[in-house]
Amino acid sequence: MNTENTFIIDGSPIPFEPGQTVLEAALKADVFIPHLCYFPGLRPNGNCKLCTISINGKHSSACTTLARPGSEIENNTPALNDKRRLMLQMLFVEGNHFCPGCEKSGNCQLQALAYELEMMTPHFNHFFPNRKVDASHPEAFLDMNRCITCGLCVQASRDVDKKNIFILSGRGMASHVVINSPSGNLGDSDFSMSDKAASVCPVGAILPKHRGYSVPIGKRLYDGVPISSQTEFLKTRKA
Amino acid sequence: MFELENAKTTQGLRRVAIDPVSRVEGHGKVTLLLDEQNKIHQVRLHIVEFRGFEVFIKGRPYWEVPVTVQRLCGICPVSHHLAASKAMDVIVGAKQLTPTAEKLRRLMHYGQIVQSNAVHFYHLASPDLLMGFDSEVAQRNIVGVAMKYPDIAKQGILLRKYGQEVIHYTAGKRIHGTGAIPGGVNKALTVAERDKLKKDLPQLIEWAKGGVELMQRFHEANPAFYNSFGLFESNMMGMVREDGALDLYHGDLRITDAEGKPIFDRFSYDNYTQILREEVKSWSYMKFPYIAELGPEKGWYKVGPLARLQTCDFIPSPLAEAARKTMLAIGNGRPVHSTLSYHWARVIEILHGLEVIQDLLNDPDVLGNDLLVKGERQEEGVGVIEAPRGVLIHHYKVNEDDQVTMCNLIVSTTHNNQAMNTAIRSVATQHLDRRVITEGLLNHIECAIRAYDPCLSCATHAMGKMPLQVELVDAAGECLSLLRRDAAGNFHNSDMYA
Ligand code: SF4
Ligand code: FES
Repeated sequence: MNTENTFIIDGSPIPFEPGQTVLEAALKADVFIPHLCYFPGLRPNGNCKLCTISINGKHSSACTTLARPGSEIENNTPALNDKRRLMLQMLFVEGNHFCPGCEKSGNCQLQALAYELEMMTPHFNHFFPNRKVDASHPEAFLDMNRCITCGLCVQASRDVDKKNIFILSGRGMASHVVINSPSGNLGDSDFSMSDKAASVCPVGAILPKHRGYSVPIGKRLYDGVPISSQTEFLKTRKA
Repeated sequence: MFELENAKTTQGLRRVAIDPVSRVEGHGKVTLLLDEQNKIHQVRLHIVEFRGFEVFIKGRPYWEVPVTVQRLCGICPVSHHLAASKAMDVIVGAKQLTPTAEKLRRLMHYGQIVQSNAVHFYHLASPDLLMGFDSEVAQRNIVGVAMKYPDIAKQGILLRKYGQEVIHYTAGKRIHGTGAIPGGVNKALTVAERDKLKKDLPQLIEWAKGGVELMQRFHEANPAFYNSFGLFESNMMGMVREDGALDLYHGDLRITDAEGKPIFDRFSYDNYTQILREEVKSWSYMKFPYIAELGPEKGWYKVGPLARLQTCDFIPSPLAEAARKTMLAIGNGRPVHSTLSYHWARVIEILHGLEVIQDLLNDPDVLGNDLLVKGERQEEGVGVIEAPRGVLIHHYKVNEDDQVTMCNLIVSTTHNNQAMNTAIRSVATQHLDRRVITEGLLNHIECAIRAYDPCLSCATHAMGKMPLQVELVDAAGECLSLLRRDAAGNFHNSDMYA
């Protein structure tokens, strides 16, 4: 193995190509690093911080950090997973995530990570925010109760679809996704279900209409195999 | 005006409340007003119903409803799942489901009937029936039954488990699954699943026959008590298929009077708003439905096993139909109205459910893969099903953006509101009037409620350990004494102000 283009995760050497991020190289080598706001082919934005790793003792986001030869990286450690679990708990209480009735259940990356990281309770008090539901588009249903502001739809709409339909508005705790249309409703935009933005959402905030629950329990994406063993899917998925 | 609904005056009367803790299914409470001689002046059953859900569901996409609505109930979620799915079939214009989808839904539903009726009969009611209504309270639960009648307890547990397995294979999970979707189902049955379900059926049918015989023996042991306990006569409503047979999944509704003569031989449930009205009373959160044309005093009715086994012309499965005939014979040519016969009818339905499941599993259609149909989108849909405890109505309006704008549910418990109130007044008059009230006597009241609906009384038998409190309050509202069951199931009697 070419040691020049290799780094170490949890004691194992991982090869990389120059220009690759730690997350990309790790996934390529089938090493799972928890993540929510990374999607193959979209520019990493470092929003969710689930992919936090420790490089030579310093915390950083695996999705935005370029792989360097010889780095010593900690990933799957109790200390890091504790922090990730805490971040998941914050995401759960900030929005309205009612998995029992949610049609994304079983296909949801947030839920899959909560199982993976053994999140047993929300820990914090729920915010129960008042969020928008937008049913104005004939093919898509937007439920912002479930949005985790990962920014993927914003990027996909801007960089791939070249439509700029999803926009991040506000700052800090108040930042949220808005629709760039005269009424602010999706039905007033030229959004289409064949847009890349339609299929990058890691949670159930952007969903096709009329199709909910059509995949039976047991056959859904994360029913059988935990997300940590689905690196093949995670690195090759295309919107 | 119903007897014992309103005391002439509350002056000088004591109030006794049976107040189980709140449950998802609703919060039930019985209050009695007594005078100094313990003569009963007023008896009421109060329940909080599901308004919260009807508001909560507004704005949600229609395809979500069959899944979320199940959270109304942990005992019979499948009924809500299927009633909502039937309403949403109408919304998506699915006039006729594929044979596979229709049969798989029936399989799920009859599985639910078996599991829910088994819980109701074996876990919740059999302790009263086998151990005695005022037997030692510590023994009066499924554990007590298991010690004294281990075979019966085991059969009950396994019958329930089988029903759950049927649900598991058709809905994906034992509770709160997703099998039915608007226009059909999402899951085919595999050959392996079908064969697994077929394997145990003959044994289960034998056990269900045993359950029916148990009820028959229970009646024979003390017909006078059995026939009179909580007795009242009323109209009855149930679902029938085209030839008049009992059908728990789909059909028209039939209403008969107390003599069994049809008031409405059949009407399509889409028209329920024309046939039925609901009365609001100041003292209960739950409405009182009645037949519009007869008015609230004459038009109330009962639903559930005893009602539907008599509104139908026959049960379309041989063993259950024979059992039905045996049960009806105790009426000597008139319909049977005794409250405890609800349990008899309930075990007959377990037998019927298993016979239907057997037929369905022998039908090659259940292995098909043609699962979904759609048609012209509609704005309004009604779905009705015979839930384990009776007629369940789901009614929705959906806007052109696919969001629910209106939801109306009339659940079995609501249909039986007047019937349950009448039953407990009958029991109070028969067993409590002018007597010192004890836990055993109060349990008589709960036995009457439990004949209809365990959702109010599961606090006593299902868990066995849920804290329950009975207060004796004087007319000024002061609590005189308190009968309390702690988390360990022990009763404490304390005089509050002694
Ligand atoms: S809608 Fe989905 S993709 Fe867009 S920001 Fe929210 S969670 Fe991310
Ligand atoms: S995946 Fe790296 S910050 Fe979200």
